[in-house]
Amino acid sequence: MIKVLKSGFYSTIQDQGRFGYRTYGVPVSGAMDSYSSLFANALLGNTQNAAVLEMTMIGAQLKFQTSTAIAITGANMRPTLNDLPIPMFNSINVKTGDVLSFGNAIKGFRTYLGVEGGFLTEEVLGSRSMAKAITKDVNIKSGSILNVRNLSINYKRKNATLRFDSSILDDQVLEAFEGPEFDKLSKEQKSLLVSRSFQVSKYNNRMAYQLQPFLKNNLEPILTGPVLPGTIQLTPSGQLIVLMRDAQTTGGYPRVLQLTKKAINILSQKTTGNTINFQLISL
Amino acid sequence: MAYNLRFLQYDENSILVEWPMKIEQKILQDVLFYKEIISANLFKEIVEVANTYSSLLIIYNYTIDNINDAVFRLKELFRQTENTNIKETISYHIPVCYDGELGPDLERFSEQKKLSKLEIIKRHSEVEYTVYFQGFLPGFLYLGGLDSKLYLDRKSTPNLSIKKGSVGIGGKQTGIYPQDSPGGWQVIGNSPIEFFNPKDNPPCFIKAGDQVKFYPITKSKYLEIEKEVKSLNFNTDQLILHD
Repeated sequence: MIKVLKSGFYSTIQDQGRFGYRTYGVPVSGAMDSYSSLFANALLGNTQNAAVLEMTMIGAQLKFQTSTAIAITGANMRPTLNDLPIPMFNSINVKTGDVLSFGNAIKGFRTYLGVEGGFLTEEVLGSRSMAKAITKDVNIKSGSILNVRNLSINYKRKNATLRFDSSILDDQVLEAFEGPEFDKLSKEQKSLLVSRSFQVSKYNNRMAYQLQPFLKNNLEPILTGPVLPGTIQLTPSGQLIVLMRDAQTTGGYPRVLQLTKKAINILSQKTTGNTINFQLISL
Repeated sequence: MAYNLRFLQYDENSILVEWPMKIEQKILQDVLFYKEIISANLFKEIVEVANTYSSLLIIYNYTIDNINDAVFRLKELFRQTENTNIKETISYHIPVCYDGELGPDLERFSEQKKLSKLEIIKRHSEVEYTVYFQGFLPGFLYLGGLDSKLYLDRKSTPNLSIKKGSVGIGGKQTGIYPQDSPGGWQVIGNSPIEFFNPKDNPPCFIKAGDQVKFYPITKSKYLEIEKEVKSLNFNTDQLILHD
């Protein structure tokens, strides 16, 4: 078990998402930066879908009540174990009583903590991803206990070298496909979308990232249709909204672009004021 | 195929099939028919398939390398229309209390539309609505078939908290909020029924294609049903409307 001494700014348990319930309006959820979460699991020899802790902006402080192995990926929150700095992108053994602490993200926005065997928290509708109206808790709270298993006797530290693709943290170009309503845009709108830079507004969270500035628009809403994480909607007032992992499953605004899976991971590491550009690619 | 369909790749591993963008029962039946065919035939290679009014989203468990091949296979499947058992649709009778604070926007609605409250309730509960799909919130039913006299624009500023169970009208649609949520629809009543429970599988007893009819109940009946629902003594089978 792991005791949460401090929850951090916004920390949630996430696996790769909740599939098969979209038809009931259930958001897919899952780790925002899927790449970094998979990387943490790979370092530990976990299955891909093992649940990890996703920390946003300011990390948590955790006390281990068992021995286990951990791996930290994604944004750099200067992790320490018993006040001594520890490396990221490695598997590290910890023992009962150890205290793991994270600070502010100094590069990137979301950090992932994997544990051997994954977090064994509540599973609802086939997933441990915390989500509103689905799981009892929507994020972890100070004082709560997170279940993990004891380090397996036969656990062997993986010494194979895996190279973390740091472009996830560095890139500002987001590759995107034409969305279903792309063709309804004017020539000018199309060219602005791919030629100018946009900034992440302060309205950014696990559901959606709003962008600035607005894109002049007179397109009307559409008949409500399916949307995906990475769908970029354009509202009648010209607001561009990038839907993220916790987004609703259907939407009524024109869907002008669709981010690639990699671009969703890159955007998940961006925060208020960061600059992005779109690059159109064909499917 | 009765309709001219548009097939497009949506992202690396999903395809969107679009029917004419209209709210029509015939289109919905066609959409749901193909949803069934895809679920039955492609279950080994799809993550899920979901519909809205006039679209099907098919998510594959692999990256689509050749969209033309994938679309060709879908068209082949759509041609083969026999031996498919369409899921039976069910009619539900849903209790709604249109009283006082449970329908906070009813009074203003009545003034604005110059219809008495009783007339609004009658028109709202007379119709058998079709469930087109669920979206917006887990378990939020998009219902079609609203009496055109009851069309009313959404509020220009959404309410920060609409109470769970609220029955609202938004434009040409009516629906029920399955959880407390911000929302812009005009709330005219409230149903004590639980429409979404993540502990159940499936989490919602109503599915796309089913029919829903409302019936007005008093505040005391509302409280009685609410109590039964909370104590888990409520069986949703009793809401099924039999001919």
